[in-house]
Amino acid sequence: MFGNKRLTSLLGMLGPFIGLLLIVTIITILNPSFLTIDNLLNVLRQVSINALIAFGMTFVILTGGIDLSVGSTLAFSGAVTATMMASGIDPLIAILSGLIIGTLLGAFNGFIIAKGKVAPFIATLATMTIYRGLTLMFTDGRPVSGLGESTLFEMMGKGYFFGIPVPAMTTMVTFLILYLLLKKTTFGRRVYAVGGNEEAAILSGISATRIKIYVYSLTGFLAALAGIILTSRLNSAQPTAGQMYELDAIAAVVLGGTSLTGGKGWIVGTIIGALIIGVLNNGLNLLGVSSFFQQVVKGSVILLAVLLDRKKA
Amino acid sequence: MIEMRGIDKSFSGVHVLKKVDFTLKKGEVHALMGENGAGKSTLMKILSGIHMRDEGTITVAGREVVYKHPKQAEKDGIAVIHQELNILPELTIAENLFLGNEKTVKNLGWMKTKEMNRMAAEQLEQLGLNVKPTTLAKHLSVGKQQIIEIAKSLMTNAKVIVMDEPTAALTDREIDTLFTTIRKLKEQGVSLIYISHRMEEIFSICDRITVLRDGESIGTKVIKETDFDEIVSMMVGRQLGERFPIRKSKIGNVKLAVEGLTRKDEFKDVSLEVKAGEILGISGLMGAGRSELVETIFGYRNEDQGKILIDGKPLKLKNPQDAIEQGIAFVSEDRKSKGLVIDFSIRDNLNMSNLTTLSNKGWMVHGNELSLYKEMVSRLSIRSSGSEQKAKSLSGGNQQKVVIGKWLGMRPKVLILDEPTRGVDVGAKKEIYSIMNDLADQGVAIIMVSSELPEIIGMSTRVAVMCEGKLMTTLDKHEFSEERIMHFATGGDKHVRK
Repeated sequence: MFGNKRLTSLLGMLGPFIGLLLIVTIITILNPSFLTIDNLLNVLRQVSINALIAFGMTFVILTGGIDLSVGSTLAFSGAVTATMMASGIDPLIAILSGLIIGTLLGAFNGFIIAKGKVAPFIATLATMTIYRGLTLMFTDGRPVSGLGESTLFEMMGKGYFFGIPVPAMTTMVTFLILYLLLKKTTFGRRVYAVGGNEEAAILSGISATRIKIYVYSLTGFLAALAGIILTSRLNSAQPTAGQMYELDAIAAVVLGGTSLTGGKGWIVGTIIGALIIGVLNNGLNLLGVSSFFQQVVKGSVILLAVLLDRKKA
Repeated sequence: MIEMRGIDKSFSGVHVLKKVDFTLKKGEVHALMGENGAGKSTLMKILSGIHMRDEGTITVAGREVVYKHPKQAEKDGIAVIHQELNILPELTIAENLFLGNEKTVKNLGWMKTKEMNRMAAEQLEQLGLNVKPTTLAKHLSVGKQQIIEIAKSLMTNAKVIVMDEPTAALTDREIDTLFTTIRKLKEQGVSLIYISHRMEEIFSICDRITVLRDGESIGTKVIKETDFDEIVSMMVGRQLGERFPIRKSKIGNVKLAVEGLTRKDEFKDVSLEVKAGEILGISGLMGAGRSELVETIFGYRNEDQGKILIDGKPLKLKNPQDAIEQGIAFVSEDRKSKGLVIDFSIRDNLNMSNLTTLSNKGWMVHGNELSLYKEMVSRLSIRSSGSEQKAKSLSGGNQQKVVIGKWLGMRPKVLILDEPTRGVDVGAKKEIYSIMNDLADQGVAIIMVSSELPEIIGMSTRVAVMCEGKLMTTLDKHEFSEERIMHFATGGDKHVRK
């Protein structure tokens, strides 16, 4: 009886995975060139930026929150790193600075939400605008280019490691760390507890304030990492980069089966969700679907996934 | 009025009702009792059309019926009032009463507010409730909201009302109002099915009683011809013995004391102490500030003035973490909203307040988690299908044991329990009392907030009585009586002067 229960819950978790396989199969039948090593590596590289942001978003959503400011954080961190590099500062320091800035922006979100008790949607809607404005001020509204030569920096977005794109590697390593963090540590348990029942968590001696600040900081850090990878790939920082990225990240989390009400979900689902979106983007391009219609397809897939999820519950 | 014969029902192979018979006469109040999981709610869900029976017949007013949908039962005048009230706090009483059945001009959606208010006022008067129909529902006490629910079902011409634990959240005074209403309904020929764990209420308001155990009907008795002990042994299938087990703990030093504790608009200048091995009962009516007081002692709220002393040392408890560090544990009043994460497994719920001790440098140690689970299951006799069972699928009594188990893991010095046996059946109640006694024997200082006077009297070493945020008195064991406690809970001598 015990094993049976486990089996049903496993099947439930397999839902997103089956969806992914289905989409891959359909696209391959329509255009076999989808399933070539080159194209698949390409998909992995394209997916990595959304996946990194979506990982952070998973933590935030597990606590029952949301972070709309990730796209702006990505742009600001990218711009900081690029500007520092353009002015000849050591690339390692530039990258670390970008990451620290992103983490701080995230921490600020967490602080407003946890200490100021502002609804996460409202708080990050506001900071999304603020951080975007800061990016535009900082860059004077112009792209930052002329980043100089740095193997380290170029590897981050464009390099290969044993034939696998470095961004995809970064994503996998990050995934593993976050998976363990969520599954095996007290921090992970506290994240679930705060999202599952905040009041019960606080009354059990868990500091919901601290957990929230950590979680938003983590999301800021990951958005910054994605921003630096993007800057490396484009060899310049765009002040308008990352707009609407929050929506793709939220979509990946939801496709992965994590509940927007918090407390329920897993990060494995998120990586599958991000792959579904990436495969759709790439596949629809290969099939020559117009970019306008692509949006209709993507939105419909999300809707379908959520409806199927409802049925299951 | 209603005759259910040979009702049988299984859910995915589990036989939950076995040939159950149940009859309800016109104008009677019929108690339905049984431990959690005995099949009471399933039987009522079949009556009200939420579930379909597998076998058996249901006759309503002489006509055999097969309900496939709750609407059909509602049409025949069968209404159910659930434990969780369906009152919208931001609407007026009249709007709540007519919710979904609004009177509109030519059914076009424009509401006839005046007419609805007038009709609502009539209904409220009939039930003896002295409130204006334009009052917002949130301004009413839980007890009055309950009566609004009854009024709502009468608006749809209910002839049979099923009440599931109607008094669980009511104070004694509110229960009196509810009972007056029930008696009025009886006179009007309405029949009521009354589900409750509280024996005193059943004996004071019901005409007949049917007891279910493990899905079988054990028997139906006329209340006047039976007694407490007979009903209990019907329910548990054995003699339960003393309702409140005897405690022989040695009273030690003062573990926790508060001096002049004050929180604006909640409680004022409260001083009390609790010693090791002692159970301090805190009694009072709803809104007396009892929960607020204990939540402040636990650091969940912060005091405006006053001191909290542990082992004689004054301490500042900014949040629950501080309190836990000092060895204070707190079983909160409402286990579903404050005690448990209902979607978590038993294991995860037990872990919640013990994460630090169960882990090693931040990494969870699975073996530790399982041994905590095993320890608590055997210590508290939690009945579950395994550590991964979800808390929401446990019975009320077992849920409460999980909440208590959460705290025993930290070996508390002071244990605060707020309404520890609310919505818990007789058997599990006694088990919880035994757990409390064991802890007291081990030298834990226990504070118990309770609205049930028999529980307060049966379990406490001393009783502190609160009224409107003030501590009226602290009574010793030989000074207790229901009358005396109520006297202080309703304002004591000051009440006369007012």
